[in-house]
Amino acid sequence: MRLAPTPGQTVGPFFHYGLPYDGDRNLVPPGSTGSIALHGVVLDGAGVAVPDALIEVWQARPDGTVSREAGSIRRDGWAFTGFGRTSTGRDGRYVFSTLEPGPTEPARPAFWAITVFARGLLDGLFTRAYIPGPDIDIDPFLASLPHERRATMLAQPGDRGYRFDIRLQGQDETVFLRFDGSERRRP
Amino acid sequence: MSSVPVPASRLPTQTAISAEIATLHQDPRCAGAAQQRPRLDFAPYRSSLTRHPTKDLHHVDPETIERAAPCFGHWDVDPLEADLTIGHAGEPIGERIIVTGRVLDGHGRPVQGQLVEVWQANAGGRYVHQGDQHPAPLDPNFTGAGRTLTDDAGWYRFTTIKPGPYPWRNHNNAWRPAHVHFSLFGTDFTQRLVTQMYFPGDPLLALDPIYQSITDPEARGRLVATYDHDVTTHEWATGYRWDVVLSGGTSTPLEQEDDQ
Repeated sequence: MRLAPTPGQTVGPFFHYGLPYDGDRNLVPPGSTGSIALHGVVLDGAGVAVPDALIEVWQARPDGTVSREAGSIRRDGWAFTGFGRTSTGRDGRYVFSTLEPGPTEPARPAFWAITVFARGLLDGLFTRAYIPGPDIDIDPFLASLPHERRATMLAQPGDRGYRFDIRLQGQDETVFLRFDGSERRRP
Repeated sequence: MSSVPVPASRLPTQTAISAEIATLHQDPRCAGAAQQRPRLDFAPYRSSLTRHPTKDLHHVDPETIERAAPCFGHWDVDPLEADLTIGHAGEPIGERIIVTGRVLDGHGRPVQGQLVEVWQANAGGRYVHQGDQHPAPLDPNFTGAGRTLTDDAGWYRFTTIKPGPYPWRNHNNAWRPAHVHFSLFGTDFTQRLVTQMYFPGDPLLALDPIYQSITDPEARGRLVATYDHDVTTHEWATGYRWDVVLSGGTSTPLEQEDDQ
């Protein structure tokens, strides 16, 4: 049986009292051992900061395993659930406190799976923030992208962690993903 | 909502916006099964102009992390959070309703134990949000946000107040049809969905560029709930049924929670 999917709609401008919650952006307490920042700015096609976007991350643990622990909404400060969420500020910036994900399969670079929602964006977008390393050059998916497009999916290492800017439109538009082709191949 | 108000006289009319929608619905690129999702590039919704990607979404096979999804448990969600009419000193004003349905994957299998979040305007069409300047009253007994976990058969159930329609600044005399915002997770992160549920028979649906951005009529019709008298409860609340189908889905079962 194949059921037709329910379409998405924009998250709108008023999600701030519905979706964010205390501790949403802190997958680990900021400043705790091994914690790093994943941060960036969300920009529109005019290069203007998007102050009403919602960004989510979903990631593996540093050893590449996937957490099956509950507790993303009510953080206990100990469980690493792998999921975080934050809204952008007036300057379009977002920041997560998290751990560096490890690769989930051999010879594939590690990445944060990311969703982007915003007023003005009629459906959610998926992307990946890859951690630069030697595997970047041999990854078949990344190799399939033009070099300048590939660069939009690479997180930039810095003092406190990684920076990953998201450009919804324009010259340096972030590569956004669709997965539906693979789903069609499933029974 | 735009950050800088534009005088109403300089905004396009509903007639002009409706004509733009009609033109886009005639566009052959909008025809057929490909338009099961909203068009990201849909100019009648003015805020989309600078916020839609112009390049095609890049197809990729999901990797391990994307074939899994975050786990939420009873540690995270209090059962009382599914009732938006409680938690305040008094009863909220408006039409008490029950909204219930099943969350299924593309194979018709229930999505079990997953998080469903909702937020909405009050009966007067006003959000508890500093950015909402609609001069309708806030209701001290209604916030309008809730969450729940689906049960083993994929059912969710919220008790709330029927939201009112509200004006916005997309064009002159623009009104959003009444809706409840929904956020859903599946068994795969690739199924992540944020959408809006509408009410049957709302005359504003035909005029709304957000709803009409889904150019396939059957597809957008799937966002409209059904009045269900079997959900309606005696002397308490009217009932609406709305099922959600998440795209695809693997057979990965959610593991048992530790806290059960």
